[in-house]
Amino acid sequence: MALLHNKYVTIKGVSACVPKNVVKNMGNAHFALNDINAFISNVGVEELRMSGKEICTSDLCVAAAEKLLEELHTDKNDIGILVFVSQSPDYYFLPNTACIIQDRLQLSKETLAFDVPLGCSGYVYGLNLIASYLSSGQIKKGLLLVGDTASKIPNPKDKSSSMLFGDAGAATILEYDEKSEGVHFHMATDGSGYKAIIVPEGGFRNRFSEKSLVDYTNDDGLVRSPNSLHLDGFDVFSFGISEAPKTCKKLMEHLAITNDDIDYAVFHQANKMMNEKIRKKLSLPENKVPYSLKHFGNTSSASIPLTMVTEMRNDLQQKKNRLLLCGFGVGLSWGTAYAQFNNIVVPELIEI
Amino acid sequence: MDKNQFLQSFAEQFDETDPSAITMDARFKEIDEWSSMVALMIIAMVDENYNKKITGADLREANTIEQLFERINAK
Repeated sequence: MALLHNKYVTIKGVSACVPKNVVKNMGNAHFALNDINAFISNVGVEELRMSGKEICTSDLCVAAAEKLLEELHTDKNDIGILVFVSQSPDYYFLPNTACIIQDRLQLSKETLAFDVPLGCSGYVYGLNLIASYLSSGQIKKGLLLVGDTASKIPNPKDKSSSMLFGDAGAATILEYDEKSEGVHFHMATDGSGYKAIIVPEGGFRNRFSEKSLVDYTNDDGLVRSPNSLHLDGFDVFSFGISEAPKTCKKLMEHLAITNDDIDYAVFHQANKMMNEKIRKKLSLPENKVPYSLKHFGNTSSASIPLTMVTEMRNDLQQKKNRLLLCGFGVGLSWGTAYAQFNNIVVPELIEI
Repeated sequence: MDKNQFLQSFAEQFDETDPSAITMDARFKEIDEWSSMVALMIIAMVDENYNKKITGADLREANTIEQLFERINAK
């Protein structure tokens, strides 16, 4: 049971960046109007930000990081660790994008930098990873970059995913702080569900071939190619409504806290129907559970920080907030964090 | 798991379909109103009432409501 407590770590600021390009789901030429209407009302996504060929996840993250470093007046030499959590790196599979970003941001060469290729659970995992390095006090500041250009992975004709995934990148700066209570975590994995969200071809298990790009229609009537995203919506839904409430409850019971000890519960933005089910199972009131889904869709590992920036910015800057953060998805992998955020710095949403 | 209770809860996930058409031997995916959204409602109902997980494979491989019931009951 992975219940963890990283002491002496505090979160100083969060920023997020999205592409300027807005794509509305209404009017999508691949699907019938009825299907689009049902999708918007059930899944809750009206529009997405799409990066197109020119923009990579690293570009979104670098823009978010530069703004945050500037507003926090951080000396770049103080950043001892940089972690890039993403499933859309600049290059398949080498070098790590984090190394390229170390240079782009002109961080010290004494920086530890590496990629962590997790998706929807990635923000919580990234926080835990950096907090673990900082807890001992040997590294003073850490930069967590998360995000994906997830809109590029589905087949455009795949109704299950092409209107769901949007692009975003986010940056978070954590700092060693002897006075801080730190961050509490519960983390978990169930690889038996690895096929629920998968790109079957293009890795080393099934190498890329000419057939990888050929469209086919599956038993559920969804158009895919082996090199595109394969999402089993039923498996993912079943997993989400069961495990997300469980991980939250497990951490809350461990810490002996109730919903009264939570100012905001920020969930990975998976889909409105699933997230509402999770919220109701936890008896959390609507005003404590913000959504960025409507305007940005499911933005993979960036969805939690993006929601913090777009929906909670003023509160985060002006108050102390006790936050429960819960990410769940591809892997299957999931985790929950609980921490107090004291008047953190949150720049306005950046668009490039 | 009680079969009648399951059948009633199953039928409640449909808005327009006459509940009398929803019997244990009904081929649920052939019901006009059946859609992926109804499927998600069924998954949620089973999670809530029985604390069990239906997978995509359960929905694909079961044809009748009886077959789905048996797959869930065996979990």
